[in-house]
Amino acid sequence: MLELKNIHKTFNPGTVNEKTALCGLDLKLNEGDFVTVIGGNGAGKSTMLNAIAGVWFVDEGTITIDGDDVTKLPEHKRAKYLGRVFQDPMNGTAATMQIDENLALAARRGKFRSLKKGITAKEMAYFKERLATLDLGLEERMTTKVGLLSGGQRQALTLLMAALVKPRLLLLDEHTAALDPKTAAKVLETTQRIVDADNITTLMITHNMKDAIAHGNRLIMMHEGRIIYDVSGEEKKNLHVSDLLAKFEEASGGAFANDRMMLN
Amino acid sequence: MNIINLFNALPGACAQGLIWGIMAIGVYITYKILDLADLTVDGTMATGGAVCVMMMISGHSVWLSLLVAFIVGCLAGLVTGVLHTALGIPAILAGILTQLGLYSINLRILDNKANQAINVDKYDLLVSLRYIKDVPFYRNTILVVAVIIALLVAVLYWFFGTELGSAIRATGSNHNMSRAQGINTNAMKVIGLILSNGIVAFASGLYAQYQGFADVNAGRGAIVIGLAAVIIADVIFGKIKGNFAFKLASVSFGAIIYYIVLQIVMWLGLNSNDLKLLSAIIVALFLAIPYIKTKYAPKKVVKKGENADA
Ligand SMILES: Nc1ncnc2c1ncn2[C@@H]1O[C@H](COP(=O)(O)OP(=O)(O)OP(=O)(O)O)[C@@H](O)[C@H]1O
Ligand SMILES: [Mg+2]
Repeated sequence: MLELKNIHKTFNPGTVNEKTALCGLDLKLNEGDFVTVIGGNGAGKSTMLNAIAGVWFVDEGTITIDGDDVTKLPEHKRAKYLGRVFQDPMNGTAATMQIDENLALAARRGKFRSLKKGITAKEMAYFKERLATLDLGLEERMTTKVGLLSGGQRQALTLLMAALVKPRLLLLDEHTAALDPKTAAKVLETTQRIVDADNITTLMITHNMKDAIAHGNRLIMMHEGRIIYDVSGEEKKNLHVSDLLAKFEEASGGAFANDRMMLN
Repeated sequence: MNIINLFNALPGACAQGLIWGIMAIGVYITYKILDLADLTVDGTMATGGAVCVMMMISGHSVWLSLLVAFIVGCLAGLVTGVLHTALGIPAILAGILTQLGLYSINLRILDNKANQAINVDKYDLLVSLRYIKDVPFYRNTILVVAVIIALLVAVLYWFFGTELGSAIRATGSNHNMSRAQGINTNAMKVIGLILSNGIVAFASGLYAQYQGFADVNAGRGAIVIGLAAVIIADVIFGKIKGNFAFKLASVSFGAIIYYIVLQIVMWLGLNSNDLKLLSAIIVALFLAIPYIKTKYAPKKVVKKGENADA
Protein backbone atom coordinates (compact mmCIF):
# COMPACT_ATOMS: atom_id res chain seq x y z
CA MET A 1 0.00 0.00 0.00
CA LEU A 2 2.89 2.36 0.77
CA GLU A 3 5.87 2.24 -1.50
CA LEU A 4 9.06 4.28 -1.09
CA LYS A 5 11.42 3.90 -4.02
CA ASN A 6 15.03 5.06 -3.93
CA ILE A 7 14.39 8.06 -1.66
CA HIS A 8 17.20 10.58 -1.24
CA LYS A 9 17.16 13.61 1.00
CA THR A 10 20.03 15.95 1.82
CA PHE A 11 19.57 18.88 4.17
CA ASN A 12 21.38 22.17 3.60
CA PRO A 13 23.11 20.99 0.41
CA GLY A 14 26.25 22.85 -0.53
CA THR A 15 26.81 24.28 2.94
CA VAL A 16 29.00 23.25 5.86
CA ASN A 17 25.85 21.87 7.45
CA GLU A 18 25.17 19.54 4.55
CA LYS A 19 23.67 16.33 5.86
CA THR A 20 22.44 13.40 3.85
CA ALA A 21 19.62 11.98 5.93
CA LEU A 22 18.19 9.45 3.49
CA CYS A 23 20.16 7.78 0.75
CA GLY A 24 18.44 5.28 -1.48
CA LEU A 25 15.71 4.28 0.94
CA ASP A 26 13.33 1.58 -0.30
CA LEU A 27 10.33 0.37 1.64
CA LYS A 28 7.14 -1.42 0.77
CA LEU A 29 4.30 -1.88 3.23
CA ASN A 30 1.39 -4.26 2.88
CA GLU A 31 -2.16 -3.44 3.82
CA GLY A 32 -2.59 -3.88 7.58
CA ASP A 33 1.12 -3.99 8.37
CA PHE A 34 2.13 -2.64 11.77
CA VAL A 35 5.81 -1.87 11.37
CA THR A 36 8.05 -0.73 14.21
CA VAL A 37 11.10 1.32 13.28
CA ILE A 38 14.30 1.49 15.31
CA GLY A 39 17.76 2.92 14.77
CA GLY A 40 20.37 5.17 16.35
CA ASN A 41 20.20 8.94 16.68
CA GLY A 42 20.26 10.59 13.30
CA ALA A 43 19.62 7.33 11.45
CA GLY A 44 16.92 9.03 9.41
CA LYS A 45 13.79 7.60 11.03
CA SER A 46 12.01 10.91 11.52
CA THR A 47 13.21 12.05 8.12
CA MET A 48 11.58 8.99 6.54
CA LEU A 49 8.24 9.78 8.22
CA ASN A 50 8.52 13.44 7.26
CA ALA A 51 9.23 12.44 3.68
CA ILE A 52 6.07 10.33 3.63
CA ALA A 53 4.07 13.14 5.25
CA GLY A 54 5.40 15.70 2.78
CA VAL A 55 6.89 18.14 5.31
CA TRP A 56 9.25 18.96 2.42
CA PHE A 57 9.85 17.34 -0.94
CA VAL A 58 12.44 14.58 -1.41
CA ASP A 59 15.45 15.14 -3.69
CA GLU A 60 15.00 11.90 -5.55
CA GLY A 61 12.71 8.87 -5.60
CA THR A 62 8.97 8.31 -5.53
CA ILE A 63 6.37 7.83 -2.84
CA THR A 64 3.11 6.07 -3.64
CA ILE A 65 0.20 5.39 -1.35
CA ASP A 66 -2.38 2.87 -2.58
CA GLY A 67 -1.18 3.42 -6.10
CA ASP A 68 -1.42 7.25 -5.94
CA ASP A 69 1.89 8.99 -6.60
CA VAL A 70 2.09 11.57 -3.79
CA THR A 71 5.73 12.55 -4.32
CA LYS A 72 4.82 16.04 -5.47
CA LEU A 73 1.77 16.53 -3.27
CA PRO A 74 2.11 19.26 -0.59
CA GLU A 75 1.80 18.28 3.07
CA HIS A 76 -1.77 19.49 3.58
CA LYS A 77 -3.00 17.53 0.56
CA ARG A 78 -1.26 14.36 1.66
CA ALA A 79 -3.01 14.63 5.01
CA LYS A 80 -6.06 12.88 3.59
CA TYR A 81 -4.07 9.64 3.49
CA LEU A 82 -2.31 10.00 6.81
CA GLY A 83 -2.83 10.06 10.54
CA ARG A 84 0.13 11.46 12.45
CA VAL A 85 1.25 11.62 16.06
CA PHE A 86 4.45 13.44 16.98
CA GLN A 87 7.04 13.04 19.70
CA ASP A 88 6.23 16.38 21.28
CA PRO A 89 2.73 16.23 22.81
CA MET A 90 2.41 19.97 22.06
CA ASN A 91 2.65 19.30 18.35
CA GLY A 92 -0.39 17.20 17.60
CA THR A 93 -3.18 19.41 18.91
CA ALA A 94 -4.21 23.07 18.90
CA ALA A 95 -3.62 24.12 22.50
CA THR A 96 -5.81 27.23 22.40
CA MET A 97 -8.80 25.32 21.08
CA GLN A 98 -11.22 23.07 22.89
CA ILE A 99 -11.13 19.26 22.86
CA ASP A 100 -14.30 19.09 20.75
CA GLU A 101 -12.97 21.73 18.34
CA ASN A 102 -9.77 19.76 17.87
CA LEU A 103 -11.77 16.64 17.10
CA ALA A 104 -13.94 18.58 14.67
CA LEU A 105 -10.80 19.71 12.83
CA ALA A 106 -9.64 16.11 12.64
CA ALA A 107 -13.05 14.94 11.44
CA ARG A 108 -12.57 17.17 8.37
CA ARG A 109 -9.12 15.91 7.46
CA GLY A 110 -8.98 15.55 3.69
CA LYS A 111 -12.30 17.30 3.18
CA PHE A 112 -13.04 20.77 1.82
CA ARG A 113 -13.61 23.29 4.61
CA SER A 114 -16.63 25.41 3.77
CA LEU A 115 -18.79 27.95 5.59
CA LYS A 116 -20.81 25.19 7.20
CA LYS A 117 -20.84 24.93 10.97
CA GLY A 118 -17.41 23.98 12.30
CA ILE A 119 -18.95 21.43 14.65
CA THR A 120 -22.45 19.95 14.67
CA ALA A 121 -24.57 18.56 17.48
CA LYS A 122 -24.49 15.14 15.89
CA GLU A 123 -20.71 15.20 15.85
CA MET A 124 -20.60 16.19 19.50
CA ALA A 125 -22.44 13.02 20.47
CA TYR A 126 -20.08 10.95 18.35
CA PHE A 127 -16.96 12.63 19.77
CA LYS A 128 -18.23 12.01 23.27
CA GLU A 129 -18.60 8.33 22.49
CA ARG A 130 -15.11 8.12 20.99
CA LEU A 131 -13.50 10.03 23.84
CA ALA A 132 -15.04 7.64 26.33
CA THR A 133 -13.08 4.79 24.71
CA LEU A 134 -9.86 6.46 25.89
CA ASP A 135 -11.00 5.95 29.46
CA LEU A 136 -9.46 9.22 30.62
CA GLY A 137 -12.66 11.05 31.48
CA LEU A 138 -12.11 13.49 28.63
CA GLU A 139 -15.71 12.97 27.47
CA GLU A 140 -16.76 15.06 30.46
CA ARG A 141 -14.40 17.89 29.53
CA MET A 142 -15.20 18.41 25.86
CA THR A 143 -15.09 22.20 26.07
CA THR A 144 -11.77 22.30 27.94
CA LYS A 145 -8.89 23.94 26.11
CA VAL A 146 -6.44 21.23 25.05
CA GLY A 147 -3.56 23.29 26.46
CA LEU A 148 -4.77 22.36 29.94
CA LEU A 149 -4.37 18.61 29.36
CA SER A 150 -1.35 16.58 30.43
CA GLY A 151 1.13 15.26 27.90
CA GLY A 152 -0.32 11.76 28.06
CA GLN A 153 -3.88 13.00 27.65
CA ARG A 154 -2.82 15.09 24.69
CA GLN A 155 -1.09 12.14 23.00
CA ALA A 156 -4.14 9.94 23.56
CA LEU A 157 -6.32 12.68 22.07
CA THR A 158 -3.95 13.09 19.13
CA LEU A 159 -4.16 9.34 18.48
CA LEU A 160 -7.92 9.51 18.54
CA MET A 161 -7.81 12.46 16.13
CA ALA A 162 -5.41 10.65 13.83
CA ALA A 163 -7.79 7.70 13.58
CA LEU A 164 -11.08 9.62 13.65
CA VAL A 165 -11.21 9.49 9.88
CA LYS A 166 -9.57 6.14 9.15
CA PRO A 167 -6.15 6.94 7.68
CA ARG A 168 -4.63 4.74 4.99
CA LEU A 169 -1.42 4.97 6.99
CA LEU A 170 -0.71 5.96 10.59
CA LEU A 171 2.67 7.60 11.28
CA LEU A 172 3.88 7.56 14.87
CA ASP A 173 7.19 9.27 15.61
CA GLU A 174 8.33 8.28 19.10
CA HIS A 175 4.95 9.36 20.32
CA THR A 176 5.51 7.97 23.81
CA ALA A 177 9.10 9.17 24.27
CA ALA A 178 8.20 12.38 26.10
CA LEU A 179 5.94 10.63 28.61
CA ASP A 180 6.71 9.03 31.95
CA PRO A 181 6.94 5.20 31.77
CA LYS A 182 3.49 4.53 33.17
CA THR A 183 1.78 7.02 30.88
CA ALA A 184 3.87 5.81 27.95
CA ALA A 185 2.67 2.24 28.52
CA LYS A 186 -0.93 3.38 28.67
CA VAL A 187 -0.64 5.44 25.47
CA LEU A 188 1.01 2.51 23.73
CA GLU A 189 -1.83 0.26 24.83
CA THR A 190 -4.30 2.79 23.43
CA THR A 191 -2.31 2.85 20.21
CA GLN A 192 -2.55 -0.90 19.85
CA ARG A 193 -6.28 -0.82 20.53
CA ILE A 194 -6.94 1.91 17.95
CA VAL A 195 -4.78 0.20 15.33
CA ASP A 196 -6.46 -3.16 15.92
CA ALA A 197 -9.97 -1.75 15.92
CA ASP A 198 -9.68 -0.50 12.35
CA ASN A 199 -6.80 -2.65 11.17
CA ILE A 200 -4.81 0.51 10.33
CA THR A 201 -1.51 0.19 8.46
CA THR A 202 1.04 1.73 10.83
CA LEU A 203 4.65 2.89 10.95
CA MET A 204 5.81 3.41 14.53
CA ILE A 205 9.23 4.77 15.43
CA THR A 206 10.36 3.89 18.93
CA HIS A 207 13.62 3.93 20.81
CA ASN A 208 12.37 1.24 23.10
CA MET A 209 13.50 -2.08 21.65
CA LYS A 210 11.20 -4.12 23.84
CA ASP A 211 8.23 -2.15 22.53
CA ALA A 212 9.54 -2.55 19.00
CA ILE A 213 9.58 -6.31 19.45
CA ALA A 214 6.31 -6.57 21.38
CA HIS A 215 4.23 -4.54 18.93
CA GLY A 216 3.53 -4.99 15.27
CA ASN A 217 4.09 -7.76 12.76
CA ARG A 218 7.28 -6.38 11.27
CA LEU A 219 10.38 -4.51 12.47
CA ILE A 220 12.87 -2.46 10.51
CA MET A 221 16.18 -1.04 11.66
CA MET A 222 17.61 2.04 10.03
CA HIS A 223 21.20 3.23 9.83
CA GLU A 224 22.66 6.14 7.91
CA GLY A 225 19.58 6.78 5.85
CA ARG A 226 18.88 3.19 4.84
CA ILE A 227 17.07 0.17 6.12
CA ILE A 228 19.66 -2.32 7.29
CA TYR A 229 17.44 -4.96 8.83
CA ASP A 230 13.89 -6.00 8.11
CA VAL A 231 12.14 -8.87 9.91
CA SER A 232 8.56 -10.00 10.16
CA GLY A 233 6.34 -12.86 11.22
CA GLU A 234 7.63 -15.64 13.44
CA GLU A 235 11.21 -14.46 13.16
CA LYS A 236 10.28 -11.09 14.59
CA LYS A 237 8.24 -12.61 17.42
CA ASN A 238 11.25 -14.59 18.56
CA LEU A 239 13.62 -11.63 18.56
CA HIS A 240 15.42 -10.52 21.70
CA VAL A 241 16.88 -7.15 22.50
CA SER A 242 20.34 -8.72 22.40
CA ASP A 243 19.73 -9.83 18.79
CA LEU A 244 18.93 -6.28 17.81
CA LEU A 245 22.02 -4.94 19.57
CA ALA A 246 24.18 -7.48 17.77
CA LYS A 247 22.57 -6.63 14.47
CA PHE A 248 23.23 -2.98 15.03
CA GLU A 249 26.86 -3.46 15.97
CA GLU A 250 27.40 -5.61 12.93
CA ALA A 251 25.93 -2.92 10.66
CA SER A 252 27.55 0.10 12.20
CA GLY A 253 30.85 -1.67 12.72
CA GLY A 254 31.12 -0.40 16.27
CA ALA A 255 29.61 -0.19 19.67
CA PHE A 256 25.99 0.73 19.94
CA ALA A 257 26.03 4.49 19.87
CA ASN A 258 22.54 5.36 20.94
CA ASP A 259 22.58 5.80 24.69
CA ARG A 260 18.83 6.38 24.73
CA MET A 261 18.33 2.84 23.49
CA MET A 262 20.89 1.29 25.75
CA LEU A 263 18.79 2.26 28.73
CA ASN A 264 16.02 -0.04 27.69
CA MET B 1 -7.39 71.89 34.37
CA ASN B 2 -11.11 72.25 34.57
CA ILE B 3 -12.75 68.87 35.07
CA ILE B 4 -15.67 70.06 32.95
CA ASN B 5 -13.32 70.23 29.96
CA LEU B 6 -12.43 66.62 30.49
CA PHE B 7 -16.07 65.57 30.71
CA ASN B 8 -16.85 67.49 27.57
CA ALA B 9 -14.09 65.66 25.75
CA LEU B 10 -15.21 62.18 26.84
CA PRO B 11 -18.00 61.56 24.30
CA GLY B 12 -15.59 62.42 21.51
CA ALA B 13 -13.01 60.07 23.02
CA CYS B 14 -15.66 57.35 23.15
CA ALA B 15 -16.59 57.84 19.50
CA GLN B 16 -12.96 57.81 18.37
CA GLY B 17 -12.26 54.83 20.59
CA LEU B 18 -15.15 52.92 19.04
CA ILE B 19 -13.97 53.62 15.50
CA TRP B 20 -10.47 52.53 16.43
CA GLY B 21 -12.13 49.58 18.14
CA ILE B 22 -13.23 48.35 14.72
CA MET B 23 -9.65 48.77 13.54
CA ALA B 24 -8.42 46.89 16.63
CA ILE B 25 -10.77 43.99 15.84
CA GLY B 26 -8.95 43.76 12.51
CA VAL B 27 -5.63 43.70 14.34
CA TYR B 28 -7.00 41.05 16.71
CA ILE B 29 -7.58 38.72 13.76
CA THR B 30 -3.96 38.78 12.66
CA TYR B 31 -2.20 39.32 15.97
CA LYS B 32 -4.24 37.10 18.27
CA ILE B 33 -5.94 34.58 16.02
CA LEU B 34 -3.25 34.07 13.39
CA ASP B 35 -0.28 34.99 15.58
CA LEU B 36 1.07 37.33 12.89
CA ALA B 37 2.19 40.92 13.44
CA ASP B 38 0.84 42.65 10.34
CA LEU B 39 2.15 46.17 9.72
CA THR B 40 0.12 46.58 6.54
CA VAL B 41 -2.53 48.24 8.68
CA ASP B 42 -0.47 51.43 9.00
CA GLY B 43 -1.10 51.78 5.28
CA THR B 44 -4.68 50.51 5.09
CA MET B 45 -5.72 52.79 7.96
CA ALA B 46 -5.06 55.66 5.51
CA THR B 47 -6.19 53.89 2.33
CA GLY B 48 -9.73 53.22 3.51
CA GLY B 49 -10.31 56.88 4.35
CA ALA B 50 -8.79 58.05 1.09
CA VAL B 51 -10.97 55.71 -0.97
CA CYS B 52 -14.10 56.52 1.00
CA VAL B 53 -13.69 60.31 0.88
CA MET B 54 -12.73 60.45 -2.78
CA MET B 55 -15.66 58.28 -3.74
CA MET B 56 -18.09 60.37 -1.77
CA ILE B 57 -16.68 63.55 -3.28
CA SER B 58 -17.31 62.11 -6.71
CA GLY B 59 -20.91 61.50 -5.80
CA HIS B 60 -21.18 57.93 -4.52
CA SER B 61 -23.24 56.97 -1.50
CA VAL B 62 -21.58 56.52 1.85
CA TRP B 63 -22.32 52.79 1.97
CA LEU B 64 -20.92 52.09 -1.47
CA SER B 65 -17.85 54.16 -0.59
CA LEU B 66 -17.32 52.18 2.59
CA LEU B 67 -17.79 48.91 0.72
CA VAL B 68 -15.14 49.86 -1.83
CA ALA B 69 -12.83 51.00 1.00
CA PHE B 70 -13.29 47.54 2.54
CA ILE B 71 -12.50 45.81 -0.75
CA VAL B 72 -9.39 47.90 -1.37
CA GLY B 73 -8.24 47.06 2.16
CA CYS B 74 -8.79 43.37 1.35
CA LEU B 75 -6.56 43.74 -1.70
CA ALA B 76 -3.80 45.26 0.42
CA GLY B 77 -4.09 42.28 2.76
CA LEU B 78 -3.92 39.94 -0.22
CA VAL B 79 -0.66 41.56 -1.35
CA THR B 80 0.92 41.12 2.07
CA GLY B 81 -0.39 37.57 2.22
CA VAL B 82 1.11 36.64 -1.12
CA LEU B 83 4.44 38.31 -0.28
CA HIS B 84 4.52 36.33 2.96
CA THR B 85 3.25 32.91 1.92
CA ALA B 86 3.98 32.49 -1.78
CA LEU B 87 7.22 34.47 -1.81
CA GLY B 88 8.49 33.56 1.64
CA ILE B 89 9.07 37.08 2.96
CA PRO B 90 8.82 37.27 6.76
CA ALA B 91 5.40 38.58 7.80
CA ILE B 92 6.65 41.78 9.42
CA LEU B 93 8.72 42.70 6.39
CA ALA B 94 5.91 41.80 3.98
CA GLY B 95 3.63 44.16 5.90
CA ILE B 96 6.19 46.96 5.89
CA LEU B 97 6.65 46.60 2.13
CA THR B 98 2.94 46.77 1.42
CA GLN B 99 2.55 49.67 3.82
CA LEU B 100 5.34 51.60 2.10
CA GLY B 101 3.90 50.93 -1.33
CA LEU B 102 0.48 52.00 -0.09
CA TYR B 103 1.83 55.44 0.81
CA SER B 104 2.33 56.24 -2.86
CA ILE B 105 -0.98 54.65 -3.76
CA ASN B 106 -2.76 56.63 -1.05
CA LEU B 107 -1.33 59.86 -2.42
CA ARG B 108 -2.58 58.96 -5.87
CA ILE B 109 -6.03 58.14 -4.53
CA LEU B 110 -6.01 61.53 -2.78
CA ASP B 111 -5.18 63.23 -6.06
CA ASN B 112 -1.61 63.95 -4.97
CA LYS B 113 -2.68 65.95 -1.95
CA ALA B 114 -1.71 65.11 1.62
CA ASN B 115 -5.36 65.37 2.63
CA GLN B 116 -8.82 65.88 1.24
CA ALA B 117 -11.62 67.45 3.23
CA ILE B 118 -15.20 66.29 3.17
CA ASN B 119 -17.68 68.81 4.47
CA VAL B 120 -20.28 67.42 6.85
CA ASP B 121 -22.78 70.02 5.67
CA LYS B 122 -22.44 69.12 2.01
CA TYR B 123 -22.25 65.32 2.22
CA ASP B 124 -24.43 62.80 3.94
CA LEU B 125 -21.86 61.33 6.31
CA LEU B 126 -22.54 58.31 8.49
CA VAL B 127 -20.43 59.55 11.39
CA SER B 128 -18.90 62.89 12.31
CA LEU B 129 -17.40 64.93 15.11
CA ARG B 130 -20.51 67.03 14.75
CA TYR B 131 -22.84 64.09 15.32
CA ILE B 132 -21.88 63.64 18.95
CA LYS B 133 -24.26 66.19 20.47
CA ASP B 134 -27.45 67.89 19.36
CA VAL B 135 -28.49 65.27 16.80
CA PRO B 136 -31.37 62.79 16.90
CA PHE B 137 -30.17 59.78 18.88
CA TYR B 138 -30.19 57.47 15.87
CA ARG B 139 -27.72 59.76 14.09
CA ASN B 140 -25.43 59.88 17.09
CA THR B 141 -22.01 58.65 16.04
CA ILE B 142 -21.47 56.68 19.25
CA LEU B 143 -24.67 54.72 18.68
CA VAL B 144 -24.05 54.24 14.96
CA VAL B 145 -20.54 52.88 15.51
CA ALA B 146 -21.68 50.73 18.43
CA VAL B 147 -24.31 49.13 16.19
CA ILE B 148 -21.72 48.55 13.46
CA ILE B 149 -19.43 46.88 16.00
CA ALA B 150 -22.26 44.68 17.24
CA LEU B 151 -22.97 43.56 13.68
CA LEU B 152 -19.28 43.02 12.95
CA VAL B 153 -18.81 40.96 16.11
CA ALA B 154 -21.86 38.87 15.21
CA VAL B 155 -20.58 38.19 11.71
CA LEU B 156 -17.06 37.33 12.91
CA TYR B 157 -18.46 35.13 15.67
CA TRP B 158 -20.35 33.17 13.06
CA PHE B 159 -17.41 33.09 10.64
CA PHE B 160 -14.84 31.82 13.12
CA GLY B 161 -17.26 29.09 14.11
CA THR B 162 -17.47 27.72 10.57
CA GLU B 163 -15.23 24.98 9.17
CA LEU B 164 -13.15 27.60 7.39
CA GLY B 165 -12.98 29.93 10.39
CA SER B 166 -11.97 27.03 12.67
CA ALA B 167 -9.21 26.16 10.22
CA ILE B 168 -7.91 29.74 10.42
CA ARG B 169 -7.92 29.59 14.22
CA ALA B 170 -6.13 26.24 14.14
CA THR B 171 -3.48 27.68 11.82
CA GLY B 172 -2.72 30.43 14.32
CA SER B 173 -2.69 27.97 17.19
CA ASN B 174 -0.47 25.24 15.71
CA HIS B 175 0.47 25.19 12.05
CA ASN B 176 2.16 21.77 12.21
CA MET B 177 -0.98 20.22 13.53
CA SER B 178 -3.08 22.14 11.04
CA ARG B 179 -1.16 20.85 8.05
CA ALA B 180 -1.29 17.34 9.48
CA GLN B 181 -5.07 17.77 9.56
CA GLY B 182 -5.08 18.79 5.92
CA ILE B 183 -5.40 22.54 6.39
CA ASN B 184 -3.69 24.73 3.79
CA THR B 185 -2.05 27.01 6.35
CA ASN B 186 -0.75 29.46 3.76
CA ALA B 187 -4.22 29.95 2.34
CA MET B 188 -5.60 30.46 5.85
CA LYS B 189 -3.01 33.14 6.58
CA VAL B 190 -3.88 34.94 3.36
CA ILE B 191 -7.60 34.83 4.14
CA GLY B 192 -6.94 36.19 7.63
CA LEU B 193 -4.79 39.02 6.29
CA ILE B 194 -7.43 39.90 3.69
CA LEU B 195 -10.23 39.98 6.25
CA SER B 196 -8.18 41.94 8.76
CA ASN B 197 -7.11 44.64 6.32
CA GLY B 198 -10.61 44.92 4.91
CA ILE B 199 -11.94 45.64 8.38
CA VAL B 200 -9.14 48.14 9.07
CA ALA B 201 -9.84 49.99 5.81
CA PHE B 202 -13.52 50.09 6.69
CA ALA B 203 -12.62 51.63 10.06
CA SER B 204 -10.39 54.06 8.20
CA GLY B 205 -13.34 55.09 6.01
CA LEU B 206 -15.37 55.84 9.12
CA TYR B 207 -12.50 57.68 10.76
CA ALA B 208 -12.00 59.98 7.78
CA GLN B 209 -15.70 60.88 7.86
CA TYR B 210 -15.53 61.42 11.58
CA GLN B 211 -12.62 63.83 11.28
CA GLY B 212 -13.97 65.46 8.15
CA PHE B 213 -10.96 64.70 6.00
CA ALA B 214 -8.86 61.85 4.65
CA ASP B 215 -5.18 62.13 5.45
CA VAL B 216 -2.27 60.29 3.89
CA ASN B 217 -0.69 60.05 7.35
CA ALA B 218 -3.83 58.83 9.10
CA GLY B 219 -2.35 55.38 9.59
CA ARG B 220 0.97 56.28 11.10
CA GLY B 221 1.36 54.18 14.24
CA ALA B 222 -2.05 52.56 13.72
CA ILE B 223 -0.68 49.11 14.55
CA VAL B 224 0.44 50.38 17.94
CA ILE B 225 -3.00 51.77 18.74
CA GLY B 226 -4.59 48.53 17.57
CA LEU B 227 -2.22 46.45 19.68
CA ALA B 228 -2.77 48.75 22.65
CA ALA B 229 -6.52 48.12 22.41
CA VAL B 230 -6.00 44.35 22.12
CA ILE B 231 -3.61 44.30 25.05
CA ILE B 232 -5.73 46.56 27.28
CA ALA B 233 -8.69 44.28 26.56
CA ASP B 234 -6.57 41.27 27.47
CA VAL B 235 -5.37 42.79 30.74
CA ILE B 236 -8.76 44.06 31.87
CA PHE B 237 -11.18 41.48 30.47
CA GLY B 238 -8.84 38.53 29.89
CA LYS B 239 -9.60 36.93 33.23
CA ILE B 240 -13.32 36.93 32.57
CA LYS B 241 -14.38 33.65 31.04
CA GLY B 242 -16.28 34.83 28.02
CA ASN B 243 -16.90 33.39 24.59
CA PHE B 244 -15.27 34.54 21.39
CA ALA B 245 -17.86 37.26 20.76
CA PHE B 246 -17.14 38.70 24.18
CA LYS B 247 -13.42 38.69 23.40
CA LEU B 248 -13.97 40.61 20.16
CA ALA B 249 -16.29 43.10 21.82
CA SER B 250 -13.82 43.61 24.64
CA VAL B 251 -11.23 44.69 22.08
CA SER B 252 -13.39 47.67 21.16
CA PHE B 253 -13.74 48.49 24.86
CA GLY B 254 -9.95 48.34 25.00
CA ALA B 255 -9.82 51.00 22.30
CA ILE B 256 -12.31 53.20 24.14
CA ILE B 257 -10.25 52.92 27.31
CA TYR B 258 -7.15 53.80 25.33
CA TYR B 259 -8.76 56.99 24.02
CA ILE B 260 -10.17 57.98 27.40
CA VAL B 261 -6.74 57.53 28.98
CA LEU B 262 -5.28 59.70 26.21
CA GLN B 263 -7.86 62.38 26.95
CA ILE B 264 -7.01 62.29 30.63
CA VAL B 265 -3.30 62.47 29.92
CA MET B 266 -3.83 65.44 27.64
CA TRP B 267 -6.09 67.05 30.20
CA LEU B 268 -3.27 66.64 32.72
CA GLY B 269 -1.21 68.78 30.41
CA LEU B 270 0.75 66.44 28.19
CA ASN B 271 1.48 67.78 24.73
CA SER B 272 -0.40 65.89 22.04
CA ASN B 273 2.89 65.56 20.14
CA ASP B 274 4.17 63.35 22.94
CA LEU B 275 1.26 60.94 22.71
CA LYS B 276 2.90 58.60 20.23
CA LEU B 277 5.90 58.19 22.51
CA LEU B 278 3.59 57.49 25.41
CA SER B 279 1.62 54.92 23.39
CA ALA B 280 4.80 53.22 22.28
CA ILE B 281 6.06 52.96 25.85
CA ILE B 282 2.77 51.60 27.15
CA VAL B 283 2.50 48.98 24.41
CA ALA B 284 6.16 47.99 24.81
CA LEU B 285 5.61 47.46 28.52
CA PHE B 286 2.51 45.34 28.06
CA LEU B 287 4.11 43.28 25.31
CA ALA B 288 7.09 42.64 27.56
CA ILE B 289 5.06 41.53 30.57
CA PRO B 290 4.37 37.93 29.43
CA TYR B 291 8.05 37.47 28.54
CA ILE B 292 9.24 38.90 31.83
CA LYS B 293 6.78 36.66 33.65
CA THR B 294 7.97 33.46 31.97
CA LYS B 295 11.59 34.45 32.28
CA TYR B 296 11.69 35.38 35.92
CA ALA B 297 8.67 33.81 37.58
CA PRO B 298 8.87 30.05 36.90
CA LYS B 299 12.21 29.61 38.63
CA LYS B 300 10.61 30.54 41.90
CA VAL B 301 7.73 28.16 41.35
CA VAL B 302 9.97 25.22 40.50
CA LYS B 303 12.30 25.76 43.46
CA LYS B 304 9.64 26.04 46.07
CA GLY B 305 7.31 23.57 44.38
CA GLU B 306 4.38 25.80 45.19
CA ASN B 307 1.18 25.95 43.26
CA ALA B 308 1.97 26.51 39.64
CA ASP B 309 -0.48 29.20 38.74
CA ALA B 310 2.24 31.50 37.41
N1 LIG C 1 15.05 19.83 8.96
C1 LIG C 1 16.32 19.43 9.03
N2 LIG C 1 17.34 20.27 8.68
C2 LIG C 1 18.61 19.86 8.73
N3 LIG C 1 19.00 18.65 9.12
C3 LIG C 1 18.06 17.77 9.49
C4 LIG C 1 16.68 18.11 9.46
N4 LIG C 1 15.96 17.05 9.88
C5 LIG C 1 16.86 16.08 10.15
N5 LIG C 1 18.12 16.50 9.91
C6 LIG C 1 19.35 15.70 10.05
O1 LIG C 1 19.16 14.51 9.37
C7 LIG C 1 19.69 13.41 10.10
C8 LIG C 1 18.60 12.41 10.35
O2 LIG C 1 17.71 12.95 11.30
P1 LIG C 1 16.41 12.24 11.83
O3 LIG C 1 15.68 13.25 12.63
O4 LIG C 1 15.70 11.60 10.72
O5 LIG C 1 16.99 11.12 12.78
P2 LIG C 1 16.22 10.07 13.67
O6 LIG C 1 16.55 8.73 13.15
O7 LIG C 1 14.82 10.41 13.78
O8 LIG C 1 16.98 10.25 15.04
P3 LIG C 1 16.42 10.41 16.54
O9 LIG C 1 16.41 9.06 17.12
O10 LIG C 1 17.44 11.27 17.18
O11 LIG C 1 15.10 11.05 16.45
C9 LIG C 1 20.27 14.01 11.36
O12 LIG C 1 21.66 14.16 11.17
C10 LIG C 1 19.60 15.33 11.49
O13 LIG C 1 20.45 16.25 12.12
MG1 LIG D 1 13.54 11.27 15.28
